Amino acid sequence: MGQSILEKIIQAHSTDEVRPGAIVWLELDVRSARDFGGPNVVKHYQREYGSLPLDPQRTFFTFDLCAPACSLKYADNQQLCRDFARRHGLTVFDVDRGVGSHVLMEEGLAVANSTVVGTDSHMNILGAVGSFGQGMGDVDIAFAFRTGRTWFEVPLSVKVVVKGRPHPSATAKDLTLFILRELGTKALANRAVEFSGPAVGDLTLAGRITLCSMVTEMAGIIGFVPEHGPALEEEVRAFTGRPFKPLEADPDADYAAIIELDASGLEPQIAEPPSPTQVKNVATLKGLPVDSGFLGSCTNGRTEDFAAAARLLKGRRVKPGFMLKAVPATRRVYEDLLRQGILQALFEAGAIVINAGCGGCAEGHAGLTGKGEVQVSTGNRNFPGKQGQGLTYLASPEVVAATSLLGVLAGPEDVR
Amino acid sequence: MSQTEFQGRVWVLLDKKGALIEDIDTDQIFHNAHLHITDLKQMGPYALGNLEGWKDFPSKARPGDILVAGRNFGAGSSRQQAVDCFIALGLAAILAPSFGAIYFRNAVNSGLPVLRGKALEETITRGKLVSGDEIKVDGLSGRAEILDKTVSFEVVPFSRVQADILRAGNLFLFGKTLGNPGRP
Repeated sequence: MGQSILEKIIQAHSTDEVRPGAIVWLELDVRSARDFGGPNVVKHYQREYGSLPLDPQRTFFTFDLCAPACSLKYADNQQLCRDFARRHGLTVFDVDRGVGSHVLMEEGLAVANSTVVGTDSHMNILGAVGSFGQGMGDVDIAFAFRTGRTWFEVPLSVKVVVKGRPHPSATAKDLTLFILRELGTKALANRAVEFSGPAVGDLTLAGRITLCSMVTEMAGIIGFVPEHGPALEEEVRAFTGRPFKPLEADPDADYAAIIELDASGLEPQIAEPPSPTQVKNVATLKGLPVDSGFLGSCTNGRTEDFAAAARLLKGRRVKPGFMLKAVPATRRVYEDLLRQGILQALFEAGAIVINAGCGGCAEGHAGLTGKGEVQVSTGNRNFPGKQGQGLTYLASPEVVAATSLLGVLAGPEDVR
Repeated sequence: MSQTEFQGRVWVLLDKKGALIEDIDTDQIFHNAHLHITDLKQMGPYALGNLEGWKDFPSKARPGDILVAGRNFGAGSSRQQAVDCFIALGLAAILAPSFGAIYFRNAVNSGLPVLRGKALEETITRGKLVSGDEIKVDGLSGRAEILDKTVSFEVVPFSRVQADILRAGNLFLFGKTLGNPGRP
């Protein structure tokens, strides 16, 4: 029986027999920790391994949650990690750099067929460049820091074929929310997924990042988008600085299920609180009064996402009293926004442009919502209390931009 | 009792309508407002602190109690605190039809017994398992008994690595049994 993409990546990093359900020892190419989880990784490491060395070519810190530190606790926690990194000669991608998973791709550390772990549940976003990224807790990561490996139960793989052509107004986020609407948290739970079909095969790198990031909300292990053309290869090469040669599944790979979805005519989607799976057509909620908007996150924090919002916002002003926050995923994205005039368009429209990082998804970096506040966000989670006491709706950058102009929930067609 | 067998009073995480709560995410278990806490001993009072109807759980739970949750328990973030807060309260185990993948690993690595079992849903829906019941679970065979009710149900037995880590105490102690640093 042939192997799926994930089984092939695992096989290339293990001497054990790889088959679904087997627990194998997995070699880890990159081990990382954030300012969230990182301090406990350091504490565990020091308690368990003292001053034993780490591999500085493969071990990193990325600070993105509270950047720069917005509380004394985070300041202390970040400094604890910095001191540890200095003692061991490790690189810190510090508070200036942005979302750790994105930085690891930009640095060419998370590349096709690699294994990468970090204290970020959205580390499986790395599937967008063919890397097996996995979020883990601080015990796991401390063990990985020292040993370079982890135990892992090989998951079953599922193929999701998305047929049909979405309406031109639908974006990668809408396609992602549509898949969440159709599959919820059951169909892909604890599974690896390979997305295929024309609607996903045509996605740009930014679109693949959006889709793969929310495999976490689908309760999946990792998502890959194997179909690609030369344009994507070039895009990934420019992004990571490394050639893009992802492993392919065997033609006779064994899938636990092949799920077909039809995205024909798909229109803009929105996830209502309290769950990313509670998805509706934007059209059904139009006119809902909205107080604030957030552009950014690991899901929608690329240059392309801000450019899409800026096309609607350029030369206009957000509704008076509406608070629009924009947080580029990384410093490199920030630089692109500066050079391309996107930052100026956002600024002139009234957006609050904040330094790179996790922004509105993390506690405090881009503020919190107050009780009764309604926010439309390009993020990936809207669980109760996640970003404050307010209600968070999840949508595309275009929907956030249109909504911020009108102060009520709107689609891009309402402001064109 | 050994590390792979345990007995205790259960808490079944039901909503106001009496249904098992599904998809409880780590922000409902241990809210991100408390993520700066790194000392396990301080985490107990925040367990389930953002889950409607269960915010008083830390004051009700006793060491040795067993938590029974709905499908996809521990979805969401990778925070270890969402496991550690239950260790701080002294819980003996968590049972659920399924867990978030990262949550499950975190619990295994920290030496907190976690067991999956589809039969839980039916046992609860039929009213056979309710909060306050005393249950006895053998994690190696996967057999769970509700004491005084002569009712039993099946859970997925511990995998070998899970049982090995539990016997050792946690992932670090298990790693040390493997020799040169954690290499099997």
